[in-house]
Amino acid sequence: MLIHSRDDGFLHPRSSEITPKGVYEGRRDMLRWMAGGVAGAAMASWAARDALAQAAAPGKLAPLAGAKSAVPGAQTMEKLTDYKDATSYNNFYEFGTDKGDPVKNAGTLKTRPWTVEVEGLVKKPGKYGIEDLLKLSAQEERIYRLRCVEGWSMVIPWVGYSLSELIKKVEPQGNAKYVEFLTLADPKTMPFVGSRVLDWPYAEGLRMDEAMHPLTLLTFGMYGEVLPNQNGAPVRIVVPWKYGFKSAKSIVKIRFVEKEPGTAWNKAAANEYGFYSNVNPNVDHPRWSQATERRIGDGGGLFAKRAKTQMFNGYEAQVGQLYAGMDLKKNY
Amino acid sequence: MNKLLMHPAAKPVVFVLCLLPFAWLFYGALTDGLGANPAEYLIRSTGDWTLRFICIVLAVTPLRVIAKANALARFRRMLGLFAYFYVVVHLLSYSWFDMGFEMADIAKDIAKRPFILVGFSAFVLLTPLAATSFNRAIKALGAKRWQALHKLVYGIAALGLLHFFWMRAGKNNFAEVFVYAGIIAVLLGWRVWNFARKKREGGQAPRPIAAAPRAPVSR
Repeated sequence: MLIHSRDDGFLHPRSSEITPKGVYEGRRDMLRWMAGGVAGAAMASWAARDALAQAAAPGKLAPLAGAKSAVPGAQTMEKLTDYKDATSYNNFYEFGTDKGDPVKNAGTLKTRPWTVEVEGLVKKPGKYGIEDLLKLSAQEERIYRLRCVEGWSMVIPWVGYSLSELIKKVEPQGNAKYVEFLTLADPKTMPFVGSRVLDWPYAEGLRMDEAMHPLTLLTFGMYGEVLPNQNGAPVRIVVPWKYGFKSAKSIVKIRFVEKEPGTAWNKAAANEYGFYSNVNPNVDHPRWSQATERRIGDGGGLFAKRAKTQMFNGYEAQVGQLYAGMDLKKNY
Repeated sequence: MNKLLMHPAAKPVVFVLCLLPFAWLFYGALTDGLGANPAEYLIRSTGDWTLRFICIVLAVTPLRVIAKANALARFRRMLGLFAYFYVVVHLLSYSWFDMGFEMADIAKDIAKRPFILVGFSAFVLLTPLAATSFNRAIKALGAKRWQALHKLVYGIAALGLLHFFWMRAGKNNFAEVFVYAGIIAVLLGWRVWNFARKKREGGQAPRPIAAAPRAPVSR
C-alpha cells in the first residue's frame, strides 16, 4: 500500500456512502454477467495462449522450438517476463558483477564448438558435442518462475529436456550420490574470470534425486530460440525451485561424485549460501528477508508492489517430498 | 580561474549541473527508462550520487588551497546541500519503492541489514549540517562551533563508505568501493598533511573558511 488509511471501510460519515442492500445482494448476478460477457474477451486470449504453447520468438537468434511439456508444474500461466528484461538483467559474474554487464560483455563467448564432459562415477563417461546433446532427447518448452536469491523474480519460457534423460544415458554407478556442474572459465573470453569475486570455475551441484527430478531442466534455449550468451549459452541447468545461482550456466563438465561437492557461492560465504538453497520464504538470507520478491517487468514499474515468495518457488507439490523430514532451516 | 568562478552565472550554472543527475533519473522513471528493475536502479543511483557529492564537497578546500582558487568556497554550501538532497531522495526511494512505506518492514529490514543502519546514521548526522547551512545559523552558533559541528562531515563520509562497502561485501565486489575510498582517503589525508604542515611552520597556513565568504564583487 502506498498510502495508508486507518479507514477499514466500515465507517461512513454519510449514509449515502453505504452501498444499498439491493445492489450488494445483486453482486453475484454482476459476477455472472461479467464472466459471461466482459471477461469472455479476456479469457479468449488466456485460452489462446494455452493453445499456442510456445512463446512468441523475439527473432534475435536461431530458433529452437520445444513441444509443450507434460511435466507437472512446467506450464505456469503467469505473465512472461519481457525478452528484453530477461536478457539484459543478468547475474553472470564471468562477464561482470553488474546486472547490465553480461549483455555488454558476453558477445565474446564462443559457443561452437562446444563439448560437455561427463565424468566421475558413471558407467559411460565421455565428451558430448553440443549438436549431439541437442538431439539427445525431444526439446520441450517449460515456463518456469525464476527466483533470484537477491529478491527478484522472472517468468521465463525455457527450451530443453529433463536432465534425467542425460543421466539415464550415462548410467551413474551405485555410489554416485551427487552431480556437480562446472561452468566454462576462459579468461580470454570471460573478462571477470580471475577476479577475486568467486572461485573459478563456477561450480554448482545437486543431490542425485534433485538432478533426476523431471523439473530439473538441461536447457538450450528460451523464448523459442537458442540461449543468448548472457543467459548461459549454449547449455545450462535450470532448477526452478532453487535460487537462481544454483542453475549453472555455460556448462562444460558434469561430474558424478559420492560426496557433496563444493559450490561457488557456498565457498564464498557458507553462512549465506547453503548447498540446497531452496526458495523458502520462511528462511531469511542472513542479510535480508526472503519473504517477498520483486517481479521484474510486471507492469507496475517503479510503483509495483513486491509479491509474496512461495515455498519452493511454488513447486512444493512437485518437489516437497524430496525434502521430507529435513530441517530446512539447517539445510538452507 | 577565480574570475570565471566569480562570474554571476557561475552559481546558477553549477546549480543546474548538480540537478542534472536527478533530472535524468526523474525522466528515466517517467519514461520507463531505468532498466528491468527501476526501483533498484533509482536507489543505487541516488546512493552513488550522494557519495559523489560528498567527494566533490570534500574536494573544495584542498582545491581552493592548492589552486589558490578562493572563489571555490562560494560553491561549498550549495554542493553540500546537494549531497543532502541526493541522500534524501535515496532514503525516500528506498522507503517508498522498495518498502512501500511499511514502517514495520523497514524496521525489520534494518535489523537484517546493518548496512542500512549505517547509511541511515550517516543521513541523520548530515541533517544538522544541512539545517545549519544558512548564514543566520552560522552567526547564532559562532564560527568556531559551526566549524566544529561541520567537521562531522568527515565521519559522515566514513559512514557512507562503510555503508557502500558493506552493501557490496556480499558479492566480494569492492572495485568501486575502493575508488571512492581512495578519493576520500586522499581528500582527508590532505587535511591531515595540511594541518601538520601548519603546525610545523608555526605560521599561518591557509585555514579553512568557516562559511562561504561574501565575495566582494558579487554584491
